[in-house]
Amino acid sequence: MSPKRKIRILIAKPGLDGHDRGARVIARGFRDAGFEVIYTGLHQTPEQIVATAIQEDVDVIGLSALSGAHDYLFPRITELLREEGADDITVIGGGIIPEEDIPELNKAGVKAIFTPGTRIEEAVAWVKGHVKLRG
Amino acid sequence: MGLAERILKGDVRAAARLMRDIDDDLPDAWHELKKLYPKTGRAYIIGVTGLPGSGKSTLVDKIVEIFRKEGKTIGIVAVDPTSPFTGGAILGDRIRMQRHSTDDGVFIRSLATRGYLGGISRSTHDIINVMDAMGKDIIIVETVGVGQDEVEIVNTAHTSIVVTVPGLGDEVQIIKAGLLEIADIFVINKSEREGAEKLEQELRVMIEMAPPRQDGWTPPIFKTEAVLGKGVFELIYGVSRHRNSLIESKKLDGKNKLRTKKHFLKLLQTRLLESVLGRMEEGETLDKMLQQLVDRKGNPYGLVEKIMREHLKSHLRSDHGGKGKTHS
Ligand SMILES: Nc1nc2c(ncn2[C@@H]2O[C@H](COP(=O)(O)OP(=O)(O)OP(=O)(O)O)[C@@H](O)[C@H]2O)c(=O)[nH]1
Ligand SMILES: [Mg+2]
Repeated sequence: MSPKRKIRILIAKPGLDGHDRGARVIARGFRDAGFEVIYTGLHQTPEQIVATAIQEDVDVIGLSALSGAHDYLFPRITELLREEGADDITVIGGGIIPEEDIPELNKAGVKAIFTPGTRIEEAVAWVKGHVKLRG
Repeated sequence: MGLAERILKGDVRAAARLMRDIDDDLPDAWHELKKLYPKTGRAYIIGVTGLPGSGKSTLVDKIVEIFRKEGKTIGIVAVDPTSPFTGGAILGDRIRMQRHSTDDGVFIRSLATRGYLGGISRSTHDIINVMDAMGKDIIIVETVGVGQDEVEIVNTAHTSIVVTVPGLGDEVQIIKAGLLEIADIFVINKSEREGAEKLEQELRVMIEMAPPRQDGWTPPIFKTEAVLGKGVFELIYGVSRHRNSLIESKKLDGKNKLRTKKHFLKLLQTRLLESVLGRMEEGETLDKMLQQLVDRKGNPYGLVEKIMREHLKSHLRSDHGGKGKTHS
């Protein structure tokens, strides 16, 4: 791997949640770990998230959701990525997600779910361990 | 099929990939850039620079909206600073432009400065070339938000827009300190705020007092309220007036030559330095040399002369140089 390779991650907030404080904290955490974090703000549609991930050539999409729409929105995003031939991009998620929903999300292609209380260091370590940079 | 061929066939993923390889400085990226270069030179490049938070991204969003209605395709390069402490960056310019993300006629790329000074990234010009080869009609570059030393945009764009806002107190001083010479167009954004008229007058005086520009152009001032899209149409008209003036005065060729020169010399400089440093690593290390200089056992002037002599000699012997691949 070239020493100049940097991990690029899109932190996106799908759904109708009214604030993005949590997502911003996560964005800063990844920045402090040396990642380039593309941050797109609130209310992103799955289509916007996938188009952004492709244009920005990110390694990882980190989805944050509080509103409980994850069981529809997260699989929709992995589905769109497959349609675009971009399912080599790793999708992870976080937020208030009931334990029993996790297997279903994993099956849909969401590689890891971080529930509230996860330390940002854990998420950073997971990404560093699972992302293979090209080149 | 290589990335360049795929890009020329309209493959967005391939374009995004090549931009990454360029940004990460992979040797293979040069190979692809060589193939794309003949297809570049068609896009018009607009630079947007100015103080942090002055509304650059919001303006770009509104400018894109109007260009899209005219049927123009757009590339956007949005640069944000890399944290010098962690090497990471939060790239947030897209927040204001996301409604364009699913528009096939718009391609947005966020870049971090990665330690490069001048308000853009080292990779910016090459990434513009990729967008140009993709066939984008207009490419807009948003620089990092700093008040000074962003001069590099002037060597990158055809038209440079400098955005300022009223109510900071010392806006004019800030602009005098480095942005006056580079502005083809001034924008006073957030012009609904108090002090917009006064700022406009002060800017006007400053423009009049400045030594006449070689190109004979007098930078106009536009007042905008970007969140509401007010004044943006006039601003775009100003851009096309500047463009026409470049064409009519036969200055566009000169401008392109200057842009090409700056880009070319930067590439040459970077490659020469890499090549010299690469060879130095084989023998004396840089660190050892620095220690000698610190201990005054040598002097930097003589050392540079010695390195240059040896470098040129070894080049003549081997007829190929440097590390990495040499494609032709
Ligand atoms: N009042 C007012 N606010 C505006 C106007 N234009 C933009 N803003 C707001 O100013 C803030 C910064 O806008 P951006 O477009 O992100 O500014 P920027 O220059 O791109 O910022 P950086 O890239 O961080 O330097 C946002 O909250 C915008 O909504 C305007 O005309 N009037
Ligand atoms: Mg911005």
